[in-house]
Amino acid sequence: MTTIRLTVNGEQHEAEAEPRMLLSDFLRGPLGLTGTHVGCEHGVCGACTILLDGASVRSCLCLAVQADGCTVETVEALGTPAALSPLQEAFRAHHALQCGFCTPGMLMTATDMLRNHPLTTEEEVREALSGNLCRCTGYQHIVDAVMAVARTRA
Amino acid sequence: MKPPPFDYSRPTSLPEALALLGPDSKVIAGGQSLLPMLNFRLLRPSLLVDIGRIQSLRGLHETPTHLEIGATTSHRTLETHPLVAARFPVLAEAMRHVAHLAIRNRGTIGGSLSHADPAAEHPMLALLLDAQIQAAGPSGKRQIPARKFFQGSLTTALLEDEMVVAVRLPWLRPGTGWGFEEFALRAGDFATACAAALLRAGPDGRITEARLALMGVDETALRVPEAEALLLGSSPSAFGEAARLAQAAVRPATDIRASSGFRRHLVGVLVGRALEAAWGRAREGQA
Ligand SMILES: Cc1cc2nc3c(=O)[nH]c(=O)nc-3n(C[C@H](O)[C@H](O)[C@H](O)COP(=O)(O)OP(=O)(O)OC[C@H]3O[C@@H](n4cnc5c(N)ncnc54)[C@H](O)[C@@H]3O)c2cc1C
Ligand code: FES
Ligand code: FES
Repeated sequence: MTTIRLTVNGEQHEAEAEPRMLLSDFLRGPLGLTGTHVGCEHGVCGACTILLDGASVRSCLCLAVQADGCTVETVEALGTPAALSPLQEAFRAHHALQCGFCTPGMLMTATDMLRNHPLTTEEEVREALSGNLCRCTGYQHIVDAVMAVARTRA
Repeated sequence: MKPPPFDYSRPTSLPEALALLGPDSKVIAGGQSLLPMLNFRLLRPSLLVDIGRIQSLRGLHETPTHLEIGATTSHRTLETHPLVAARFPVLAEAMRHVAHLAIRNRGTIGGSLSHADPAAEHPMLALLLDAQIQAAGPSGKRQIPARKFFQGSLTTALLEDEMVVAVRLPWLRPGTGWGFEEFALRAGDFATACAAALLRAGPDGRITEARLALMGVDETALRVPEAEALLLGSSPSAFGEAARLAQAAVRPATDIRASSGFRRHLVGVLVGRALEAAWGRAREGQA
């Protein structure tokens, strides 16, 4: 077992983990942050996407030990049910989720994209979200929601 | 699934890392190919050597003869670095096709070359750009030309106790035009087929330098020397014949993404487009 220290959503955390523990499981288990979802565990579905030192990554393709000393942001950092973030509010307003399984990954991917990239066209938004699978919505409403936020920034 | 148990070490210097390499250990860089394999339990190393925090392995350095790229430089850094955009725009363009942002943020050039997927962008670019791959092992460093590095699907010239430390790209001559054409089923998917070309034009409108590389259509990425020889000294009227030579040079597989025949068809189309694009840029560079 190794001791892992992380800053998650602005709070310091410390917990023990085996080297083989995935960051996704570390967040959901020892840290109890179950907002990050786990679908495929091989990098394909995007449900587990978080921000690591400010950049979006697949938490299922990162060992918790690799993230030792780093800063993590998860979907829990965005907003609360009482005070949704603008992106979450846009998802609600545009019906961009049904079962919600893909939503944390969609939100965190879009957060990185909106912070760091000039998303202007629908095509750019579609390409940005191409690594995140959704079984329910058919994507159009998710694209609409991200476009709505991208427009307010422009 | 979850990875099998292993020990983990995170050295902060190259000598420490090299001392840990051997038959039962595996280097982990970005983990974007290794962790899927561990999660599927296709591998059971007893030790993972994390090279992600060895500062000397990361970043770009200019020399008079080449650009040196540290092994743990991410796909994303290469996609966005001004030096790459200015001097190797074909590499910057290729990076946009590597998986998705979240994977490009972590995946590295050294990891991609060492993994040697026949449909991965970095091996093809290393071949196209005549890269020298610098490997380090217990007896020191050696340079391996890209042409000798890729030996088969997921197989390279690296020895068990060696690792890639850097990649050297010789500067291109001024006025070199480039083309990069990839066909994938979805943005970010591995290529079904891909072609990249470099061309230079002489004052008389003849081709004075020609390089053509392909991926996703054989056991490894490859150059097409027959087509390059044909193009040299000729004009764009030879592009069609070059594309046919490329089609004849490859042995594409049939898999879930495409049939062998469709891949060969794609080679013809993509080579034609890559050559046209490269020629357009070569002529612009001349003006
Ligand atoms: C969903 C998904 C889609 C992808 N799509 C693409 C794509 O379209 N195109 C593409 O090119 N790639 C794609 N990839 C792979 C990605 O580019 C990886 O980043 C890359 O193949 C490996 O780089 P890494 O740094 O993550 O290596 P790791 O996963 O850390 O290592 C890969 C292998 O290389 C070895 N290794 C790593 N670094 C070194 C070194 N310096 N010296 C010696 N051995 C080393 C490891 O031991 C391991 O065997 C995709 C991955 C995923 C999960
Ligand atoms: S669970 Fe990580 S990408 Fe699917
Ligand atoms: S809302 Fe159900 S998977 Fe996207």
